[in-house]
Order: sequence, then C-alpha cells, then structure tokens
Amino acid sequence: MDSYIQGIFMLAGINLMAVLGLSLLTGFTGLFSFGHAGFMAIGAYTAAIMTSMLKLPFIVGIVAAGFTAAIFAYLIGRMTLKLKGDYFCIATLGFGEAIRLILDNFQGLGGSRGWPGVPAHTSMLNIFIAVVIGVLFLSNLVRSRHGRNLIAVREEELAAQIAGINVVRYKTLALVVSAIYAGVAGAFLAHYMTFIQPKMFSLIKSTELTIIVIFGGLGSISGSVLGAVVLTFLPELLRAVDKWRLVAYGAAVILIMISRPRGLMGGMELTPNGIKKIIAERKAKKAAAQRSEP
Amino acid sequence: MTQFFQQVVNGLSIGSVYALMAVGYSLVYSIMNFSNFAHGGVIMLGAYFGFYAMTLLKLPFLASFAVAALGTALLAVAIERIAYRPLRMRKAPFLYFIISAMGASIFLENIVIATIGPTFRTYPEVFARTPLSLWGLSIGRLDLIMFGVSALCLSGLVAFIELTRTGKAIRAASYNIKAAALMGVNTDRVVTTVFALGGLLAGVAGVFFGMKYTVYPQIGVITLKSFIAAVFGGLGSLPGAVLGSVILGTLETFVAGYLSSQFRDLIAFVILIGVLVFKPSGIMGKPTEDKA
Repeated sequence: MDSYIQGIFMLAGINLMAVLGLSLLTGFTGLFSFGHAGFMAIGAYTAAIMTSMLKLPFIVGIVAAGFTAAIFAYLIGRMTLKLKGDYFCIATLGFGEAIRLILDNFQGLGGSRGWPGVPAHTSMLNIFIAVVIGVLFLSNLVRSRHGRNLIAVREEELAAQIAGINVVRYKTLALVVSAIYAGVAGAFLAHYMTFIQPKMFSLIKSTELTIIVIFGGLGSISGSVLGAVVLTFLPELLRAVDKWRLVAYGAAVILIMISRPRGLMGGMELTPNGIKKIIAERKAKKAAAQRSEP
Repeated sequence: MTQFFQQVVNGLSIGSVYALMAVGYSLVYSIMNFSNFAHGGVIMLGAYFGFYAMTLLKLPFLASFAVAALGTALLAVAIERIAYRPLRMRKAPFLYFIISAMGASIFLENIVIATIGPTFRTYPEVFARTPLSLWGLSIGRLDLIMFGVSALCLSGLVAFIELTRTGKAIRAASYNIKAAALMGVNTDRVVTTVFALGGLLAGVAGVFFGMKYTVYPQIGVITLKSFIAAVFGGLGSLPGAVLGSVILGTLETFVAGYLSSQFRDLIAFVILIGVLVFKPSGIMGKPTEDKA
C-alpha cells in the first residue's frame, strides 16, 4: 500500500480512537462535550514528554497519556457533572480552550510555536491493535450492566436516579473512559505527526469529533467506526472543494438533527445480531402496515 | 492612579460591546433554556453586513448600522425557523438543540470563509483616531460612542421588555413557557421576537467590533467570551449579562495592562470554570435545579 493511503488509514484510526470515546459520552450517555480536543492535547503532550524527553518506550507514553487524561477528566467531572443541562457542555468548552491557551503560553513545551521532533512511533500495526482493543472494550462496556445504566441515564435521568442508578457516578465514568480514549488518540497523533502544536487541539477539532459521532449515529459503535473512516477519507478525496467541507458539515448536522436525529446508524449495530434485529423490525413494521390497511 | 482610571474606561468600552452580544445569548436562554451557539456567527455576519454596506453600497454610517442590524435580525429569525423550530415542535431533548446550534455556527463561519475568504478586513475610518482628553484621561472617540450607543440599545431593550405587551409575553414565557402558552401567549411569536431582538443587538455589536478591531470569519472566538460573560452574570438574566460583561471587560483590560496581554484570553476561561465550580447560576441567574 502506498504511504499516502497508509497515512490516511492511520489518521482514520487516530480519529476513530477519539470518536469511540466521544461516542460513549455523547451517543450512549447523552452528554455533549466541546472540549475533547483538550484531552487529546493532554495525551499528546504527556506522551511526547515520555518518549521525547525521558526516552521511554512508546507504550509507556500511551499509558501515561490515557492515565493523565483520565485524571483531568475525573477532576472536571467531579466539579461539573452535578450541574444540569447546558452547564456541563459549557464547562468542557472552558476546559478545552483553557488547556489550549495554557499550552500556548507555556514555553517549556514549545509554546504556540509547537514542539517538533517527536519520534515517529505510530505505525499501521500499533494503531490497528489499539483500535481493535478500543472497539472490543467499548462494545463490551455498553452491553454490560454499566452500559445499560449509562443508556438509562441518557434516556431519562430522573427515572434512572429513582431506579437506583448513581447518575453522577455513571456520568463521571463515561467522561473518564472517553477521556482515556481521547488521550490515547492524542498520543498516537503526536507520534504520527512528529510535531505537536496547541493550535491542533482547538475548539474546531472538538466539534469535528462530535460531528463524526453525530454522522455515525448516536448510540452506535459501528456507526462511529463508519463515520470516522468515511469522514477522514472524504476530505482527502475532495481536496478541490475542501473549503466547502465544513459548510457542508454544518448544514448536514442541522439537517440530521431536524430530520433524523439518530444519524446514519443511530441505535443500530452492523453485527450479525444487529442486522437480524434490523430486518426483524422492518418485517414487523411491514406486517403492521398491512394489518392496518384493509 | 490615572492609569487605573484609564483601564477602567477602556474596560467599560469593551465591556459594553460584550454586553450587547451577551444579552443575545441570555434572551434566548431565558425562553428556550439552551445556549444558542449560532449567535456568534450572527454577530460575525453583522460585522460583514456593516462593512459591505459602508464600502460596497457606500451608505452613510447610520444607514450601514441599520442595514447590519436588520440583516442580523432576519438572519437570527431564519436560523430559529430552520434549525430550532422543527426541534421545538417535536419537543426534542435539549442535546439536539445544542448540536443544531453548533451546526449552524459551523455553517455560518465556514460559508463566509468559502465565499468571502478568511482575510482580515478593516472598516473605513468613521471617527477620527485622535482620542479626546477628559480629566487627564484619553478616551477614544469610538470608545465613547460604543459605550453610549450600547447603553442606549440596552435601555431600549429593557424598556421594550418592561413596558410593551410583547415584552410582558416574553417575561411570562421566560418564567414558564408552558404556563404562558396556556394563558394564551403565542409562544412562537415570543420566540421569533426574542431571536429578532438578539439579532438586532448582534448587528450593532458586530459593527462596533469590526470598527474597533477588524472583520474576519473567526470573530466567533471573541463572541465566545461574551457568552462566558453571560454565564458569569447568570444565563437567562439580562441585568446579569450586562454586569458580567462589564466585569469581564474591565478584568481583561486590567490583566492586559498590569500583567501581560497573553493572559487576557485565559482570564475569561478561568472565570468560566471558577463560576461553574462555585456558583453555576452566576451572579444573578435563576437557580439551575430543574423541576421534574
């Protein structure tokens, strides 16, 4: 495979990693984040410190990236997840921008000019392994008791609380897990680009990740996978009309929300069982339509 | 001491423009309980409307102002019709409103980049750059007019809400939109009015902002700060939005003046996180606890 295509595949894998976490947070738990690029930035810089400054192996960098992002997520979650409605989303916005501005002004890590010379450790193989682990862990998590609790929180917070689910604890869990994914994605990104700059982790990066989740469908892991791959390749194919890309994204997001808010694959999975379920539902619908006709 | 008062004057002038933007966020929040992130795009387009009215159409200053304000009012109402009304009809969860608002904001910002281009544009000089000096302070002519017009606009808004029949409907809807509808308030019209009012002020703010600095598609980053001011003052409260804006504007100029201009942008986000942690309802906001 030529190195250009390989590069896009790796980028798709990195995006997917971050999107998987966000899928858990937005798609399954119903929390909206404007600051996941901040967690990616934390992951990227932590991993770069580990490998570039301390000369430790890449795996140490990845683990440290996930761990540091998790700590930040836990603290943010403890402080803000008790808030209702908009306020959590506003808090993530403040967090993401604050992280970027701090990195911008912190000369020890390159400041706004960026940090060159991060070793190029990301390869097709290690990103593939990470993505497979990520998908398996997430699909097991959402099917577990904890996953069902998260979905209950999304569907009806008050009812979930009355049913004995500790809403704040489960929201924190979702945030921490999603931050680990974002942190690991940041680590891979840093060692793929070999250059990191606070500008790479701006608000627009956070919103792009969320857009991918929405395109793929809220509450669908295979949708997120599909969304990440398609939306990483599409701009590469459509280089000529690149400036219209975000215009189309914006319009499409509104269109999805007003017409089909669950996105492409919302609530459905592309697994043998999932497909069977979709077909069964189609049949049931058709039968119901026939019954009501005469 | 002179420097201190100089900073206060500068802070008040930028704070008053933040206030014009912030009340737009707060007005919508008070009725619909979600943060209308598309408002930043509306402000940005207001700056462009004013710019083109002055340079292309060669309209005089006041007429350009009117064109910009009417343009953004129409735009804000159009956004509500397209992006929010279908959701409102369906009683969609608030998450969908925020996502839709985000889509609208991305759309507006990037359609400007794609059509007009990302270059910075400078307004033609309307007021002389030479500052007035009063009691030993130097006050920019533009700053003075910004402050005056903003204060006038905000008083007009308060008068409209407190004195007119429609204003009464807005107050009722912000108290409880369902009960207001049951009492015969046409809530669709209230929502349209609120977006139009926010849009009008956004146009004024956009023009001022363009005159004070420059016009470019990413003004949204600045409008984010006015949103923070609205949160700081308490989302949904108009006096809160004004107070938060003035405090934020003054703090920013103080930080830039006494510490370093690099920290100016950071202070807003530090305030934001501080407010959310210690008093999420802001200075004068409604309590955030929702009733089932």
